[in-house]
Amino acid sequence: MMELREFNSTSFNKFLSEKRLMASQCKGCKSMYLPPRPLCTRCYDGEMEWIELKGKGILVAYTVIAVGPTFMIEEGYDRKNHYCSGIVQLEEGLKISARILGVSIKNPNAIKIGTPLEVDFLERGEGENKKTFLAFRKRD
Amino acid sequence: MAGKRRILSRGVAIVGAGMSTFGVFKEKTTRDLFVEAFSEMRNSVDKGMEVSDIEALYVGNFSSDLFEGQLHLAPIMADWIGLIPKPANWIGLIPKPATRVEDACASGGLAIRDALIAISAGFYDVVLVGGTEKMTNLPTERVTDTLAAASDVLYEAPAGFTFPGLYAAIATAYMEKYGATVEHFMGVGIKNHDNGALNPKAQFKATIRDLMNRKIAKAKEKESALPTWKDEWDFLKDGHANPIVAWPVRLYDCSPITDGAACLLLVAEELAKNFTDEPIYIIGTGQGSGCAMHNRDNVTSLEGAKAAAEEAYQMAGVSPQDIKIAEVHDCFTIAEIMASEDLGFFKPGEGARAVEEGRTSLKGTKPINTSGGLKAKGHPIGASGVGQVIEIWKQMRGEAGERQVPDVDLALTHNVGATGGTCVVHIYERR
Repeated sequence: MMELREFNSTSFNKFLSEKRLMASQCKGCKSMYLPPRPLCTRCYDGEMEWIELKGKGILVAYTVIAVGPTFMIEEGYDRKNHYCSGIVQLEEGLKISARILGVSIKNPNAIKIGTPLEVDFLERGEGENKKTFLAFRKRD
Repeated sequence: MAGKRRILSRGVAIVGAGMSTFGVFKEKTTRDLFVEAFSEMRNSVDKGMEVSDIEALYVGNFSSDLFEGQLHLAPIMADWIGLIPKPANWIGLIPKPATRVEDACASGGLAIRDALIAISAGFYDVVLVGGTEKMTNLPTERVTDTLAAASDVLYEAPAGFTFPGLYAAIATAYMEKYGATVEHFMGVGIKNHDNGALNPKAQFKATIRDLMNRKIAKAKEKESALPTWKDEWDFLKDGHANPIVAWPVRLYDCSPITDGAACLLLVAEELAKNFTDEPIYIIGTGQGSGCAMHNRDNVTSLEGAKAAAEEAYQMAGVSPQDIKIAEVHDCFTIAEIMASEDLGFFKPGEGARAVEEGRTSLKGTKPINTSGGLKAKGHPIGASGVGQVIEIWKQMRGEAGERQVPDVDLALTHNVGATGGTCVVHIYERR
């Protein structure tokens, strides 16, 4: 029952595990929030509801990281094996931070701002430690 | 309220300033560093001071909890410099209030602002401001994790963003928008190391060329293959000598991991001449905040920094053109370029060219980070915002030695927490 889920990171991550990218929208003034928020900070009036995003967007800022945080090192990334993180602007106008896949990690200079992307979901870990990370993949 | 004009109800002056040497000190803790900074500050007060005159302490510190396993730092700092007298029944001496201020890398700047507001409001007359951080006992990976905790841990960190990574994303957006190149970023590093080489308290008392020559000398000593760098630019473009941390940010685009502390004595304006004939007046203060980067309309500018600058300029009644020198928050080289635009020194997109043209160098029209900046002087997180003011104090009093800029009567500091979540700007005057 999606309607009963609280508008917080726990629900956002649960949706990711179901391969859905969800934002919250104020029923009153229709403002959309990504990451989802429980309080409309525009009208302070309306209740929120969940909306599913199409998952299509473009790259607006990025980096290719050589020295990552511990959880990325555990995933196998290091000073020789880099990964891309970026900010994605979605067709709905919202922006979010995500892992960026399918771009030229070996030649970061060739990665273009404005590259079309579509949502992907990265599953990591097993059993209780299983977690789904938000990612976007280069769209042809 | 939008547009409300804030004023300082009572003037505030700096009458003493001191810092520890910034660097890597494995055996020292925050308290040792703080005592060093305090002792130098005490000696800097021209007409002397009594420790018992200090009414309160505000100390900036980012994460002694994670770096040292020590929370609740302020009373320890207060005790170590004698603000908690023993025995407690000494007549006239009372244990003084001490408060830790944490807003990531802006902790030090915010400690200054809190003290300033308290004095301006008439609550205290004499306040000690400090900043202290001990970072180097953790391995680099753990430091990376600790710094990343100052970003949005729910939504930025899971994308794999590190602290350098977030600034690197700003850099790619800036390059795309304004046609800047990695050479512009390298230019900031070269300039700040040139300045740091002239600062005896800096972590890197060396130019990039010095560092390059040291590596060549080492290779000679080991009788290994000699590097073939033509100059420092060649050295900085070598992926082995200057590896990528988060493209386009390379090692020499990053401020280092640093241990250090700094201290200032702030007093009500009418008391300043009791301490020195050359006080430095704080005539403007401003503070602003910012959201996570992905929720910003514009990622190549910090709204909080612009708001802080506007508030400070308005309060001081001065404009960006009037400022003689500035210490700005160059945690990464792109951050200095962005700061020079947010502060109104240059138009958006022109900060990069200003570096290239030497306008921000020691002999330029708008010298920035004459101390070496966080890049070369070092970045002990919670101390950095206070450390910036040590340079202003020295420059304004003509005590900056080989890096002295002539006749500095109006100066500015710009201190940023993480990627702009917190921004604080102060303006200083010598009368």
